[in-house]
Amino acid sequence: MKRVNQSVNKPIRKKDAMALVTGKPVYTQDIAPKDCLVVKVLRSPHAHARIRAINTQPALKIPGIACVLTYKDVPDKRFTLAGQTFPEPSPYDRLILDETLRFIGDAVAIVAGENEKVVEKALKRIKVDYEVLEPVLDFRKALDNKVIIHPEESWKSLVNVGADQKRNLCAHGEDRYGDADAIIRDCAWTIEQTYHTKANQQVTMETFRTFTYQDAFGRLTCVSSTQIPFHARRILSNALDLPKSQIRVIKPRIGGGFGSKQTVISEIYPALVTLKTGKPAMIIYTRQESQIASSPRHEMEVTVRLGADEAGIIKGIDMQVLSNTGAYGEHGPTTVVLTGHKSIPLYGKAQAYRFGYDVVYTNKMSSGAYRGYGATQGIFALESAVNELAAKMNMDPVRIREINMVDKGDVMPAYFGETLSSCALSRCMKKAKEMMGWDEKYPCIDLGNGKVRSLGVAMAMQGSGIAGVDTAAVSIKVNDDGFYSMAIGAADMGTGCDTILAQIAADCLNCSVDDIIVSGVDTDFSPYDTGSYASSTTYVTGMAVVKTCEKLIEKIKQEGAKRLDDNIAAVDFDGDRVYLINTDASISLKALGNQAMCGNNTPLFTTASFSSPVSPPPFIVGMAEVEIDKETGAVDLIRYVAVVDCGTVINPNLARVQTEGGIAQGIGMALYEDIVYTEDGRNASNSLMQYKIPTRLDVGDIQVDFESSYEPTGPFGAKSIGELVISTPPPAIANAVYNGMHVQIRELPITAEKIVNGMTADEKSSGIR
Amino acid sequence: MIIHLYLNDKELKQEIADDMLLLDFLRDNQCYSVKGGCETSNCGLCTVLVEDKPVLSCSTLAARVDGKHVVTLEGLQEEASELGAFLADQGADQCGFCSPGLVISILAMKKELDHPSDEEIKEYLAGNLCRCTGYMSQLRGIKQYFSECRFHSPSQSEGSTEK
Amino acid sequence: MANINKIVKVNSLTEAYELNQKRSNVVLGGFMWLKMGNRSFQNAIDLSKLGLDQIEETGDAFSIGCMCTLRDLELHAGLNQAFKGGIREAVHHIIGVQFRNGATVGGSIYGRYGFSDVLTCFMALNTTVELYKAGIMPLTEFAELKYDNDILLRIHIKKDQRRLSYQSQRLSKTDFPLITVAVSKKDDCFYIAVGARPAKARLLVKPGCTLNKNSLEEDIIDFSNWAADQFNYGSNMRGSEDYRRHLAAVYIKRGIKELL
Repeated sequence: MKRVNQSVNKPIRKKDAMALVTGKPVYTQDIAPKDCLVVKVLRSPHAHARIRAINTQPALKIPGIACVLTYKDVPDKRFTLAGQTFPEPSPYDRLILDETLRFIGDAVAIVAGENEKVVEKALKRIKVDYEVLEPVLDFRKALDNKVIIHPEESWKSLVNVGADQKRNLCAHGEDRYGDADAIIRDCAWTIEQTYHTKANQQVTMETFRTFTYQDAFGRLTCVSSTQIPFHARRILSNALDLPKSQIRVIKPRIGGGFGSKQTVISEIYPALVTLKTGKPAMIIYTRQESQIASSPRHEMEVTVRLGADEAGIIKGIDMQVLSNTGAYGEHGPTTVVLTGHKSIPLYGKAQAYRFGYDVVYTNKMSSGAYRGYGATQGIFALESAVNELAAKMNMDPVRIREINMVDKGDVMPAYFGETLSSCALSRCMKKAKEMMGWDEKYPCIDLGNGKVRSLGVAMAMQGSGIAGVDTAAVSIKVNDDGFYSMAIGAADMGTGCDTILAQIAADCLNCSVDDIIVSGVDTDFSPYDTGSYASSTTYVTGMAVVKTCEKLIEKIKQEGAKRLDDNIAAVDFDGDRVYLINTDASISLKALGNQAMCGNNTPLFTTASFSSPVSPPPFIVGMAEVEIDKETGAVDLIRYVAVVDCGTVINPNLARVQTEGGIAQGIGMALYEDIVYTEDGRNASNSLMQYKIPTRLDVGDIQVDFESSYEPTGPFGAKSIGELVISTPPPAIANAVYNGMHVQIRELPITAEKIVNGMTADEKSSGIR
Repeated sequence: MIIHLYLNDKELKQEIADDMLLLDFLRDNQCYSVKGGCETSNCGLCTVLVEDKPVLSCSTLAARVDGKHVVTLEGLQEEASELGAFLADQGADQCGFCSPGLVISILAMKKELDHPSDEEIKEYLAGNLCRCTGYMSQLRGIKQYFSECRFHSPSQSEGSTEK
Repeated sequence: MANINKIVKVNSLTEAYELNQKRSNVVLGGFMWLKMGNRSFQNAIDLSKLGLDQIEETGDAFSIGCMCTLRDLELHAGLNQAFKGGIREAVHHIIGVQFRNGATVGGSIYGRYGFSDVLTCFMALNTTVELYKAGIMPLTEFAELKYDNDILLRIHIKKDQRRLSYQSQRLSKTDFPLITVAVSKKDDCFYIAVGARPAKARLLVKPGCTLNKNSLEEDIIDFSNWAADQFNYGSNMRGSEDYRRHLAAVYIKRGIKELL
């Protein structure tokens, strides 16, 4: 079949665009039954406490209250809330409601009632006698602390991740290639620094929310703003001690994910209420709850040691990580793996590396998955260290990357031994330089009015799906009149993957993207997909689409050949019709679709599944131009340039928006977003009033371009883009600040005060804040 | 109390709790485009028009719109489609949760400002947060929209095509 | 969220004042701050019917009704002309247009919040407040009073040829300020208000100041440092005491230089 390129690499509108911009009611709260019980959670005021006694009677007495549930009402089987392929590496350390509370905000009781006012009233009437315990709040003091956060015997780890709950250790790992110590020791130039990143919040505009009900067959249906419908089904089954066959999860339009909804945050509460009462129930997290009891990025302290030779070739890399997983271990053992393994491979000339980590429990909110998933923290540390090394050597930080960066064909020992099959990183660097005017403006220009303008650079990598694990299945059927219905299990969280996958299918099937109806996700009907995370939808689900289309075309040809009284070898399909190669006699797809409804024994339907043994990395170069007030240290981000290698760009508009959006989040992490805890362990960054995500005045002018390599294992040569794009701003902006003020900020966010302090600090200071 | 108002040009009389928020009142009256995104008046998702001015419906008491004209996106479908198409052509709709509040604000801006510069557009919309797009595609869509529509300005002569 | 049992749209100031004598009642401003509290009120007093939402300009003063919005302030041509855009500079950072369309000047001033740009800015001008019971008093005096049951009706700013410079610094462009500095000058008298210390604005008046266009940089810096030292500072989530003091000195200096 000769392919006509109508869709791939075209800036096609998202299929749901017009519905969204005209405000149609397509989100979870909009489609919930009107008589849903309102569900709210009573939350612990103590960072570490045990419930001595809990009296729910005064709350139950309030008219309109349907139920008040405590730890006595839930199954005593621990589970994890992490959305991961089974067996999950995250520990089974959760109960729906626990007798022990492990962070301020931890769930104490669940209340359901007719309306918000009576439920709020009931929450206040529940009497709890807490035995307040000593909390562990400093992640640097958590390991082997005398206070044990998970002493319970029922704590479980299904996979050996080096955990030891009695030491507050959620995971431990070390791996190496060659002898990094020896290599670094012999290097002409070395650097060793420690960097600190915070538990940044994803801040989806739509907070966490779920409604549940029992269907006509008594099965529990859960409609939720989730990225992981199939994992959610398993997790609900574990949590509620209910067979999976009795649970159905449906994902409508959702208002953002970024990884926050790769953990089952809100679903368990209304689900339990529906089970207990038989009634529909809905929980809508407030913004405050979404800030204090959700699944933010893992706080990490990363120490990097680098050694380079006289010419600046980085020979040895040593990275040690301390990661704070908070009160529970979701995504703790896994995020940290990327910290080293999706940063170190950027440096293709390194002869040795050493990577080690400890993931510890603390009595703070449990961390989870956030775009980048550990790589972002590693990139901040490694790219900052490389920049500091370059400065020490008096070398342009662009130059040090030009001579060290990984290239196509390189075997990457630090990337699970994979060989790099596609890479345009050097072209990305070249183009970024041009777009930024790097050579003319590096390192900085004094504007003469008390301000300087300076530049900074960083590069990043990510993966495309989890190799050998992420699995996607797709089904496509031909309808009467010849249009296609494609069922996917990947969760579109606004990114437009529904559209992207339709574009891929359209070019495989030689039809218009409008001829493909995409539906997802309902665990009763959709083919299995691990879900939207790990940058897997374009690459893994996309290849599943390609495979499914190939199978379907064979079926179409088969059916067409039958109708043309010949065999499959004699025909071809051009997207509109099946035709005999020799005579050109044909039957249209429309006719085939219609005829399939009458006297037919062969459905024009097929399904295929795909998993990749590799996870080809996409790459990005980011450059920041800042203007700094020399007296106050105030930083104004003027411009951010980024050039991306995501392989073939399936949809230029959507790829551009992904990049701009990810960069804006990275800018927030670099400059504005801080997580501040009080001394007793309360998260004070508990609203949008305190936690400042960038407004449109805060991101400067973001300019994006693409340099595409061709990834042979990806659909039409594509890799991924979803997570990659968040990681360059923190180190690039830190580099720009250094180049302007000679102050290296090693703890995020970069603030004017830290810059002023850096200017006045002793030069010998180690820079640890 | 009983309030009497015009919601999307339809006259409405309703009994409400005195401290009902306009946001909840609107959603109760099937205006599902209006979203709540925070409790601290920061995000702009809940923006609606009251007497043509953009306000935060989460921070406005329904009682205060007694006798007034309130407009949500449900009452501006044609305008929203027209403007929305420009946003959609940039891929700027993404998750869409901030879109209704943003579209309302852009339509209000069009009435208030005459040929705004990039800086003026950004400042007018500073109270409309978005986490998906990084704002650049929204600006591109808005500029395209403004370049192809007429501004209502008494100082502008008919037929002028200044872009 | 705050609970309100009944909203009373009063027909007269007398009615408003009488209702406000009870602790369980409250005067409604823009409702932004009130909403975020947890208190329960019996009656919320709505002044919307009393025509207090206008800015009146006469030959020698502006009278700003308490129900004017921050957006009204921002867009008022007369105010911005009189103070060369200083008033607009003080408010245009505040969250967003839709927020400023709801927040009232009365609510801002009555609240006497530490972070208030409006309070700092007005304090450097010749500003008096008009209260229902206590009558007219200087803003500086009002700022030091405790909350009581009086009602703020209007804010009066005299046109006395004062020139104004407003400076502030924020972590992100629409965040609370780390520091607010309003400097104004009339003849050789400087009025310097510093707020968001994080405490609320206070005023320093320096008559007979000899600084002028030809003054040495060091002299301006010395004066600014001295002025900054006349205020107290503290630390909070957004900044430390030392840094605030450092910023105050810098912005006072810049304000002065702008006005010289």
